[in-house]
Amino acid sequence: MHAVVAVVFLLIGGIGAILLGLTRWPAVHLLDVNWYYRILTVHGLNMLIFWMLNFEMAVLYFACTTLLNSRLASAKAAWAGFILMVVGGIMVNIAVFTGTSDVLVTSYVPLKAHPAFYLGIILVAVGTLVCVINYFATIYIAKRDHTYEGTVPLVVFGATAAAIIAVVTLLHGAVTMIPTFLWSLGVIETIDAAWYRITWWGLGHMSQQVNVCAMVSIWYFLGTMTVGSKPLNQAVCRSAFVLYILFINVAAAHHILVDPGVSAGWKIWNTSYAMYLAVLASMIHGFTVPASVEVAMRKKGHKRGLFGWLAAAPWSNPGFSGFFLSLIIFGFGGGITGVTLGTQQINIMAHNTLRIPGHFHVTVVGGTTLAFMAVTYYVVPLFFQRDFLAKSWCRIQPWVFGGGITMAALGMSFAGSFGVPRRHWDIDFTGAQFAVGFDSAAHLWLAVLGVGAVVATTGLFMFILLVVGTVFFGRSNAGRPMEAWHTEQSVAESTKDENVAEDEDHEAPGTVVLALIFLLTFAVYYFANWKWLSDVWEVR
Amino acid sequence: MSIYTPPANWFQKPKGAERLWVGLALIWCMIMFLAMPYWHFFGKQNSTGEGYKVTPAAYSQRVQQFIASNKVGDVNGMPVVEPAPGGDAYLQAQMWTWLPILKLRMGQTYRIHLSSMDLLHGFSLQPLNMNFMVLPGYDHVLTITPTTSGEFSIVCNEFCGVGHHLMSGRIIVEE
Ligand SMILES: [Cu+2]
Repeated sequence: MHAVVAVVFLLIGGIGAILLGLTRWPAVHLLDVNWYYRILTVHGLNMLIFWMLNFEMAVLYFACTTLLNSRLASAKAAWAGFILMVVGGIMVNIAVFTGTSDVLVTSYVPLKAHPAFYLGIILVAVGTLVCVINYFATIYIAKRDHTYEGTVPLVVFGATAAAIIAVVTLLHGAVTMIPTFLWSLGVIETIDAAWYRITWWGLGHMSQQVNVCAMVSIWYFLGTMTVGSKPLNQAVCRSAFVLYILFINVAAAHHILVDPGVSAGWKIWNTSYAMYLAVLASMIHGFTVPASVEVAMRKKGHKRGLFGWLAAAPWSNPGFSGFFLSLIIFGFGGGITGVTLGTQQINIMAHNTLRIPGHFHVTVVGGTTLAFMAVTYYVVPLFFQRDFLAKSWCRIQPWVFGGGITMAALGMSFAGSFGVPRRHWDIDFTGAQFAVGFDSAAHLWLAVLGVGAVVATTGLFMFILLVVGTVFFGRSNAGRPMEAWHTEQSVAESTKDENVAEDEDHEAPGTVVLALIFLLTFAVYYFANWKWLSDVWEVR
Repeated sequence: MSIYTPPANWFQKPKGAERLWVGLALIWCMIMFLAMPYWHFFGKQNSTGEGYKVTPAAYSQRVQQFIASNKVGDVNGMPVVEPAPGGDAYLQAQMWTWLPILKLRMGQTYRIHLSSMDLLHGFSLQPLNMNFMVLPGYDHVLTITPTTSGEFSIVCNEFCGVGHHLMSGRIIVEE
């Protein structure tokens, strides 16, 4: 249910994406100024919150019921949570589309929206909380009834980490949104702008960490499904998830690095110490996931050279290509830029420029959304018992989507490096009191963004058509084993020798090389940014 | 269908390449961990976040006073104001203008105050690309030393309503 609704919100957000992309492409400049900000609000909320959260609830339920062979703790609670999330999502969409709430995702006070906007968000949050509690209750029941043996699988462990982070996120949400709702009704007179930003980001950034956690869990899941890989070392992977839970919330401070009234010491402490421990966790996953794929491929005999295993990987399986592209795009694109932009001083050159959306489109879209799409190629045949329609289209879909979003994000990042602001309708400043001229290269990069947006949304619409078409018109596969994506090894075989001790041969030289290239890229980008920073005016 | 249940002895130390990578990643994180405090003491670009509570009315009064006592000209009806080197300069953000135009000297240090009369605004100095937040109710003080000369644009980069894309201002730096 959640997954179906998630796809509807994805569709609304996707239509928004193409309209926005075509507006920021200066040569096209499609929407008028009112609709630009309205659609920007719609796009952000549907993509970042309603699509992601609904899909994550589907992942949680999948992890605790299917993977642990358990029944759901309460079907009633599941429905209640679901209905709250849907009603809230619809309320917010109506509030924005009727033009009463052009406040963007962040809705920074004292910018005011219609009370229905805040109430809708609160309903979504309460609904999510109900689902998450239901998840924990199910885990408890599974443990009590011994529906699984030994330790929970890593995927479930990761999902649980995501759920824990979600609870803390939702608490921040309550602290931010309830007073703001009362303020919009006129019960509370004023809300401090700085206070709102700090608590809002406790909600806003952490919710992205829920996405990261869910995405990494799916990576492990897809590694097993597509090539039969196993985590190299359970202890390492699990510790990395624990690092996420412990440190990621304080790292949200990097959104207020150029705000007044917050001391430098506090900013440095939170963004360096806390963030880097979370970064460490991501770097560990970023190694373990491809290494486990490499080990599995080598075991099957693909031993040629450093990268023979990668070339022989089942790239024509959308579950694999989506998963591996997600890993690469997230790691190289999102990870490196995220850490650099979140550095206290470097942030001066990036805050509120297009570099920021350039970063989060490769994390949340190229990373998380692509991983969610990839897992759908396994989940739909499993749950709806239908074979995918038009398999050749399925095979290219992850490439179109991943390629398009990478292009769009590059366009944003480079335009942002030339100072182009985010959330801005007309960078030519036509009619402004003082002319502002951006470098002509900035216009070129905005065109790259526009073309990338068109390609990516094409990939997105392909995905929606394929999934919806399959659910309604796909050939039934009931009674037959699930048709594999023509990978050399079926799912049944891959999990056959489950309990072989883990410490066989662990060599993954190809991944080591990839990881070193990654580290080198990271270091070059990071230090280049310090160099650029040293060229701007001195400021204390 | 349980995807993969780990064996009972799953808690083991990492080894081989994985151990190497965890080590390398940790070292890299430590380098980045030290970079921020290093730059804070030895670098020249640090936003310390100096800020004070102020009401929009009180701030507006200071801006008017600053303009009245330091005004040196007009461009497009906007006063051009030259603060004393080492002294305070005031900028007021309001939908959808930056008041006034500041005239500074290269190599001199100024305490530039930023505040908003209404919503949040973003102070974005172009083409240098330096960005700071401007909040209503807060006086954000930046101790700035221009190191290049010329005409610079101030762009608003935090959404502040439909006229957001018209909100531009000027800073002139003379040698
Ligand atoms: Cu503004």
